[in-house]
Amino acid sequence: MDPTTPTPAEERLGASSAGAILRGGVRLLVSVALTFLGLLLITFLIGRVVPVDPVLAMVGDRASAAVYEKARLELGLDRPLLEQFWMYLEKVFSGDLGTSVLTANKVVDDIARVFPATLELATLGTLIGTLFGIPLGVLAAVRRGSLSDQIVRVFGLIGYSAPIFWLGLMGLLVFYARLDWTAGPGRLDIAYDYIVTPETGLLLVDSALQGEWEVFGDAFRHIILPACLLGYYSMAYISRMTRSFMLNELSQEYIVAARVKGLSERRIIWGHALRNAAVPLVTVIALSYAGLLEGSVLTETVFAWPGLGQYITNSLQNADMNAVLGGTIVVGTVFVGLNLLSDLLYRLLDPRVRMRR
Amino acid sequence: MTAPASGTLKAWLLTDAPASRNQARLGRFYRGWLSFQTNPLALVGLGIVLLLVLMALLAEVIAPYSPVVGGDLRTERLLAPSLEHLFGTDGQARDILSRILYGSRLTLMVVALVAIITTPIGLLIGTTSGYFGGWVDSVLMRLTDIFLAFPRLILALAFVAALGPGIENAILAIAVTSWPPYARLARAETLTIRNTDYLNAIQLQGASSLRIIWGHVIPMCLPSVIVRVTLDMAGIILTAAGLGFLGLGAQPPLPEWGAMVADGRRFLIDQWWVPTVPGIAIFVVSLGFNLLGDGLRDVLDPKGGE
Repeated sequence: MDPTTPTPAEERLGASSAGAILRGGVRLLVSVALTFLGLLLITFLIGRVVPVDPVLAMVGDRASAAVYEKARLELGLDRPLLEQFWMYLEKVFSGDLGTSVLTANKVVDDIARVFPATLELATLGTLIGTLFGIPLGVLAAVRRGSLSDQIVRVFGLIGYSAPIFWLGLMGLLVFYARLDWTAGPGRLDIAYDYIVTPETGLLLVDSALQGEWEVFGDAFRHIILPACLLGYYSMAYISRMTRSFMLNELSQEYIVAARVKGLSERRIIWGHALRNAAVPLVTVIALSYAGLLEGSVLTETVFAWPGLGQYITNSLQNADMNAVLGGTIVVGTVFVGLNLLSDLLYRLLDPRVRMRR
Repeated sequence: MTAPASGTLKAWLLTDAPASRNQARLGRFYRGWLSFQTNPLALVGLGIVLLLVLMALLAEVIAPYSPVVGGDLRTERLLAPSLEHLFGTDGQARDILSRILYGSRLTLMVVALVAIITTPIGLLIGTTSGYFGGWVDSVLMRLTDIFLAFPRLILALAFVAALGPGIENAILAIAVTSWPPYARLARAETLTIRNTDYLNAIQLQGASSLRIIWGHVIPMCLPSVIVRVTLDMAGIILTAAGLGFLGLGAQPPLPEWGAMVADGRRFLIDQWWVPTVPGIAIFVVSLGFNLLGDGLRDVLDPKGGE
């Protein structure tokens, strides 16, 4: 039989799975849209209950009653709450998150400026966490109950229990103040400021592209400590999950079959078991990436890292609500996006999910 | 296991034929304890948590100095740890040990209040959703998903921003952000028992939905939710400490541990103990809750472990 023409059974399977994927995709999109709407509803409501009067913030407390009333009408605060929410949605979807009181810039521009710093940090952190977490988790699962398993467990427990801001301070104390291995807080020494023109906003990438290796070195010395800190938390999570996924795979019958066939233990572990464990791991890595964006709020405060987290906390301490809520929306959106991405990847990578339904 | 001699308390607890409901209940607790105590790490966790409770209860008795009023600012600021001040003194000449001891009250209060607020909310939403199904389920679970899709700390930050800083508002903010996993769990548990014979029998007897949920569904969901809450307590402590560190939780002069770390940051390089000691306190306590939660999960929910 010609191998290119599918058998009827295959055809049926293909057609139904294509329909199922479409239906699943639509359902997924609707749920993401609803979640996003909920996010905006929450930020809208938070913005309403804040004890800061938005009209007063705009006109100042010396304005006459007439001016005050005019500004109130302009802001639409006399309309029903539902209508106000609709106006809020229109504004957000046209990319207007309001103006920051603190910096007098548009919140969107502010966030676009600070976001790359957070992105760079969280990405490097996830890379470190994945590179160390997966092999450690595999090791712990293969040598279950051994010393290495115990060590991985202790690493994980510390990661789940130690406050990240405190561990960051300890890192600064040991590696910066005492050993002088890394640079201190901040993203770059003042001496290297303004040498690299920002293109992507990621300092490591920009400096490497422009051949400014001295700047690259300095940026690396600055980022390595906070990135390792975030990477440690990500590693604690990823190694724990890898361990349990691997234990699950190693107890399956196909592993026994592979052993009976006489495959080397290395091929069984890395080629068969890990390959199957990799599917749920993708989800875990995406979630840990999202978690690092959140962890960066505290980390950025400790390391004076000029990213989104520091922007949000700074605005908070100055009662700059537009900036706080704008930052919340951006982080929430990234969160929802990463969740969606991990869901899609899971569907794409796991043939069982692909075929079912 | 050899059967214990009859007549002893142990025999009464372990009997196969309990004479009353209470005896059976106590016996079940005792069996749980027997398997719990074989796990040394869980015992360490329990010890840490008990120690925290003791510290909170006896803070007035054991604290050598006032947690708020400092000593002489000229001579007693930033003293290194010594016999007089076991953990040294901070930037306002206050004894760090005393502040840690009093701070245990705040930590315990946060954990207890968040648990008290979130457990009923989670149970109520989860069991209602699972029991009724249909559109009730869809709406409630959609709501839960929205909260779950949020980064917890950021949402708590936004809430505190709206409510204003302070420990009560921090507790509220943490509570608002931490109930969704319990609702999910309670719903899943409800679904597994929803069509069991005994629930059908109660329905046939004409019991109201409220009575069934309250009297028969919630008790079944309670153990796993309690385990989950215990496992989350470390996370609650860390979030509260994080809010305190950012200056949004407990306000000075309250001896909240996270705020103490933030306060001691300035002295990190030269007087390292000032920010280090409160951090260790947070670490030890959340480690204790993690170990305790792991142990409880192994006892109460064997299918949840590995």
